[in-house]
Amino acid sequence: MSPSFVALTIISGIVAVGSLVGFSARFHHKMDLEQWTVGGRGFGLVLVWLLMAGEVYTTFTFLGASGWAYSKGAPVLYILGYGPLIYVVSFFILPPVWEAGEKYRLQTQADFFQVRYGSKYLGAFVALVGVASLIPYVQIQVTGLGLIVEISSFGGIHRTPAMIIGFTLVAGFVFASGVRGIAWVSIIKDILLLFAAIFVGVAVPHIYFGGIGRMFTALLQTKPSHLVLPGATGDLGHTWYVTTVLMISFGFYMWPQYFAASYTARNSKTLRRNAVIMPLYTITMPLMFFVGLSAMLVLPSLRNGDLSLLTIVRKTFPAWFLGVVGGAGAVTAMVAAAIQLLTGATLYAKNLFRPILAPSMTDRQVTKLAKIMVLVLTSGAVLLAIYSSMSLVSLWLLGSAGVAQLFPGVVLGLFSKRVTTAGVFAGLISGIAIVLSLMLTGHDQTYYALNPGFIALCINFAVTGVVSLLTRVRTAAFETLSPLAASPSGNGVRLTHSAKLP
Amino acid sequence: MKPPSLGAILLALIPFAATCFSIGLWDRVYPRVLGLPFNFFWLILWLLLTPLFMWGAYRLEEPSARDTRRKKGGGH
Repeated sequence: MSPSFVALTIISGIVAVGSLVGFSARFHHKMDLEQWTVGGRGFGLVLVWLLMAGEVYTTFTFLGASGWAYSKGAPVLYILGYGPLIYVVSFFILPPVWEAGEKYRLQTQADFFQVRYGSKYLGAFVALVGVASLIPYVQIQVTGLGLIVEISSFGGIHRTPAMIIGFTLVAGFVFASGVRGIAWVSIIKDILLLFAAIFVGVAVPHIYFGGIGRMFTALLQTKPSHLVLPGATGDLGHTWYVTTVLMISFGFYMWPQYFAASYTARNSKTLRRNAVIMPLYTITMPLMFFVGLSAMLVLPSLRNGDLSLLTIVRKTFPAWFLGVVGGAGAVTAMVAAAIQLLTGATLYAKNLFRPILAPSMTDRQVTKLAKIMVLVLTSGAVLLAIYSSMSLVSLWLLGSAGVAQLFPGVVLGLFSKRVTTAGVFAGLISGIAIVLSLMLTGHDQTYYALNPGFIALCINFAVTGVVSLLTRVRTAAFETLSPLAASPSGNGVRLTHSAKLP
Repeated sequence: MKPPSLGAILLALIPFAATCFSIGLWDRVYPRVLGLPFNFFWLILWLLLTPLFMWGAYRLEEPSARDTRRKKGGGH
């Protein structure tokens, strides 16, 4: 048996078990829109933790972090910097988001904006920003899956057919079982990923250098500048670090899928507890750095840093172990993509298509349209992954800068009575315009040593504040909003006009 | 929504100060701790310390949330 056959068989076995679990999670639950999108709001601490960990630790974690440690060095520390801080921010933001969600039966992030600011156009624009930012994120997962299969087959299988097969399965179980299927597949993925990350992260430096400390000593002898910022880069220095960490800490839970995951919780206490313990899960990240840094010394001439983890695993361990790591990575990519597709499709159908183009659609029709959109978005991301060649981290920073622009609208919407719809609209549009113009002019990582998403976020906040002060408050804050919207049909958003002040 | 308490916000600012704003102080290789460069060690340390501070914030926030619910209970 050739090593590629062994590795690919194990990967396929793990993916098959994961997909079966995903498909079977639908039994005993009637799949209406509420169940499909937010799991009937009945998830306790463990399931919410698994769902959030499943979404937060993606292929980007697995391959992108070791990839940046390999190619850029110390700038990868920004991941450890924002790691605990996103949960610090979520501690304050998610419980009130959950409370508003439960009171008004919100299912998506755009619902939140639509109800709070009483404007279906703002809701639709938020949905558009969400879907547009999600596409590069899904693309990361598709590319990751393709890299895994390509490396595990020793180049025998091209990544294109692998990406197509993997993502047909993903679309299948999202289609069939919605968020509940994803949460259960997360369990398999978490166990495998933790095992693989800890084992590889400890073993690789030990095998080649005799320990993590000795690996660093060897690295300091050959390339001392790699281990402090800006590392191997010219421009990713301290101000870049501070602005990037701030942008991501504030923006992270603005990813529509993470924002909406808070609605699956049974109560707001679950979310607070989660925020306290989640930083501990970030402990796998430094292990990924150690693998990338070891690979820098052992395999110094890879064409793409994102390949470093898989290549060093292939070089070091027997084929069956490459299969286990590859399988963990493949299921990780599929779980992450599944929730992203589910979120993107629901946003499109519920907040963009129905309110703007077809207000008479029923919930059942919206669910059907969302399921069709799962297939459309999947095909789109696979096509992009085939034809584009951006690094995993660059794609991720691009999407993050986009969604971070939603932060002022959320935080002011929760805690300020003075913020106005016009203010949030104007701020969001200026933030997105700046992100787009900086990205399109080649400043996707820095602009005058600052993170471009952070610059956009500051201007966004300023515009939101100034325009809010110049315009009249027309909508009520959440606690004074009419409870009329809280109809049990899960369709509260359509009643939002009753929420406007006279 | 009720804004969070000042105590909880102050506790939350500590990890921000330690891992973000102060990078000029800790982004160096020496002294190495447990074989790690100092910057790696410092950030890993704060993965473990952040839950402690947030547990403190949790203790401050949760009883107050219970009080408001009890107060609200009559109105609903």
